[in-house]
Amino acid sequence: MKPRTRWEAVCTVDDLVPESGIAVWTEDGPVAVFYLPHRLPALFAISHSDPFSGANVLARGITGDLKGEPVVASPLYKQHFSLRTGVCLEDDTVRVKTYPVLLDGNQIRLEVRANQRESIAA
Amino acid sequence: MSKKTLIVVGNGMVGHHFLEQFCASPAAADFEIIVFGEEKQLAYDRVHLSEYFGGSSHADLAMGTLEWYTEQGIQLHLNEQVTGINREHRTLETPRGGYRYDELVLATGSYPFVPPIKGNDRPHCLVYRTLDDLDTIRASSEGARTGVVVGGGLLGLEAANALKSLGLEAHVVEFAPRLMPVQLDADGGALLRHKIEELGVQVHTEKATTAITEGEDARLRMNFSDESFLETDLIVFSAGIRPQDALARASGLEIGERGGIVIDNHCTTSDPHVHAIGECALWEQKIFGLVAPGYTMARTLSSALNGDRDTAFTGADMSTKLKLLGVDVGSIGDAHAQTPGARNIRFNDEQAGHYRRMVISEDGKTLLGAILVGDNSHYDTLLQYALNGITLPENPETLILPESQGGAPALGPDALPETASICSCHNVTKGDICRAIDAGCSDLGSVKSETKASTGCGGCTALLKNVVDSELEKRGVEVSKDLCEHFPYSRQELFHLVKVNGIRTFRTLISQHGKGHGCDICKPAVASILAICWNEHILATDHVPLQDTNDTFMANMQKNGTYSIVPRIPGGEITPDKLIVLGEVAKEYDLYTKITGGQRVDLFGATLSQLPEIWEKLIAAGFETGHAYGKSLRTVKSCVGNTWCRYGVQDSVDMAIRLEDRYKGLRAPHKVKMAVSGCTRECAEAQSKDFGVIATENGWNLYVCGNGGMRPRHADLFATDLSDEELIRTIDRVVMFYVRTADRLQRTSVWMESLEGGLEYLKEVVLEDSLGIGAELEEHMEGIVGTYQCEWKTAVEDPEKRKRFREFVNAPSQADPVQEWTVERGQRRPVLESA
Repeated sequence: MKPRTRWEAVCTVDDLVPESGIAVWTEDGPVAVFYLPHRLPALFAISHSDPFSGANVLARGITGDLKGEPVVASPLYKQHFSLRTGVCLEDDTVRVKTYPVLLDGNQIRLEVRANQRESIAA
Repeated sequence: MSKKTLIVVGNGMVGHHFLEQFCASPAAADFEIIVFGEEKQLAYDRVHLSEYFGGSSHADLAMGTLEWYTEQGIQLHLNEQVTGINREHRTLETPRGGYRYDELVLATGSYPFVPPIKGNDRPHCLVYRTLDDLDTIRASSEGARTGVVVGGGLLGLEAANALKSLGLEAHVVEFAPRLMPVQLDADGGALLRHKIEELGVQVHTEKATTAITEGEDARLRMNFSDESFLETDLIVFSAGIRPQDALARASGLEIGERGGIVIDNHCTTSDPHVHAIGECALWEQKIFGLVAPGYTMARTLSSALNGDRDTAFTGADMSTKLKLLGVDVGSIGDAHAQTPGARNIRFNDEQAGHYRRMVISEDGKTLLGAILVGDNSHYDTLLQYALNGITLPENPETLILPESQGGAPALGPDALPETASICSCHNVTKGDICRAIDAGCSDLGSVKSETKASTGCGGCTALLKNVVDSELEKRGVEVSKDLCEHFPYSRQELFHLVKVNGIRTFRTLISQHGKGHGCDICKPAVASILAICWNEHILATDHVPLQDTNDTFMANMQKNGTYSIVPRIPGGEITPDKLIVLGEVAKEYDLYTKITGGQRVDLFGATLSQLPEIWEKLIAAGFETGHAYGKSLRTVKSCVGNTWCRYGVQDSVDMAIRLEDRYKGLRAPHKVKMAVSGCTRECAEAQSKDFGVIATENGWNLYVCGNGGMRPRHADLFATDLSDEELIRTIDRVVMFYVRTADRLQRTSVWMESLEGGLEYLKEVVLEDSLGIGAELEEHMEGIVGTYQCEWKTAVEDPEKRKRFREFVNAPSQADPVQEWTVERGQRRPVLESA
């Protein structure tokens, strides 16, 4: 049976910062939402927690692309995480959780699994 | 089998080098090692002794550490003089007891020669050899105005430099008709004299001192054989060295006619269990008064004690390259053309102050020797020709002509044979370097730590880098200058593209000159370039996503995701009221408080959303941002200066505040640190900064491109006795030239070393305006200074910018659950364990 999920409204378009990330609080804990207006899709959501430091900081990293892959660099120890898959480019045994994200009118919604707080590092 | 005992008498540079070599060899396991040093301190670098007055301490000059000696199991007896050797019983004595040895190494060095002049034992007649001597000289300089060095050789000129840095009017008295008679010829000596006199050191040649008597206007009077005299407050004898062979002599070892412990090719004396190395040893009637031959002897002896009879000491190259009082002097091989049939080529540019002489063999094929004064840039190439017998080009004069007159470029590293010695201090050849690279060293740093090349006197740094770069390139290791995969340009090239094309956003730059969307390498680099060119607020919408988190939130992120705050405290001067505000704010937000190395206060543990509130309070109390988060000017450290200090000669605090206010906020390729000291005692440690200013009686001395931290480097003296305005203009130019031409994350020290022509080139550009860009650099700086804004003030006043400081945009009251705290020594700290 598929786990129950729901699309949680986390913020509005005005909260987003182009080419950068913001952090939101969800039922599943802190999530980083990135808005890259020059890409398709333009929205990405991954866990806000940096698996290497344990600190909630990934939304504050610099975004970009490495060999075409959209990434964010951890602001603490500079590892890169794929915004699509959550996999760490420097160490593919580590990945952060990713979340489906969509724009609903003016609302940004994340697909969050209810009551299922899983750890973020692989 | 019980261990044998090896005793080393003497803990100088050569003695220490021997221990390093021997302890790393297999035979070390068979010996207990005991070392006696007459001085109080561990072995230190005597070659750079004059830096002791420039601010270096014994720790800076030390060759090793006590920990190292302990780790090696060496029994170290400092401040304990060996008084006698009994070779029959193989024992030696000190005032504290007797010791037995199986093998004895004498590394007793030399002592300064004091000419037999009547009155040479008066107070304030001193010598220049040890740190204790330097302390004595310093004490004697209190209340003194002038100082004389007797002896115009290499050590004498070093000593004159030391007197000068103590603020004395320095004189050099030389018996010969010219300075450095051993290394230089008449023309070279004359040029050196001219340059040194320009620096304010008075030179008296062909003067024989007959007596030293009491002075009338000064403490002492030196009477010369030509009836003239010179009054001075102190005299330093530096008229050569004599081997310290007293102990060997008393024990009946064979001694040379004019002193020195006679050794064979394996550094063994007339007693097979006694060995001698360094300046106390006499090999084929020769004493070697340089450190490199001493090191060679140390290595030879270590091999011999390991049973290796093939390694032999076969003499040493006495070529020298130095900077005396800031003047380049080089002397190679047969500098005086004593080889039969030798011919000379001379180049003498009195205008530029460059003198070069090549001594070549009769057939014109090999270089026998050379003399350089004023510019040592040809030294490495000439030395390689001389040492390796490389056949000279058809027109050998091209080697010393300026390039504009058809001079040949320096000998490329490819032209050197495998056997070419690159580092003579540690005897590292080009072949050794190639092997290190083949064994996996992939950059300069790892080659240095693997081979020890360039870790002695450092004279071969540039050559080593060339060899390493060329060998890496040959092996297909790409030494790419591209910033990252998005821009096929160096930072300097990007700077020009931005400036020339008037580009104001990252998006424009990457769409016109790059590819993709950028990354955490190129975005901050471009943000810095844009800031320098246009000086817009770093949180302008287009620039926000380019910044590192520290720049974005104008604070320093710590390991648990909180930030630290460093308000600017210019020159380290702060009123009690402002100090109270810092305390009150820290208390209100429970911030961990620590004093920084840059004379400021760091407040740790603020959450993202607290930052604007805290800054509102700080700004209301008159604080500005300290840019501790930026690649920009950090702090201008200062001592208290002449307003309080009885030694101060200028107002260092006032100058530090002026400099800090001028350069605050300027974006640079890396952080920039400055300091101002109010006198030569250098309490602000200015010589470890990117820009160091030291007060003189007449103004300010400027030092540039120093560094503390991971790779410490003493700053180089750049200009002397500058007025306030000259000082600021000079710093303006150097800073701006650095900002425009350095690579990303390149500190000034590395930048300067990477400039072709190094310090001399930088001086030409800045002081002589050789590129004709001086006015433009100053104008650019004025523009940046004029558009300064406190980034925090602008940010807290703008509701849009403040939106960025929400921890979770949809839950303002939600605390970050991983930020947990504990209390230690009365303050809060994180409990978060990092993975």
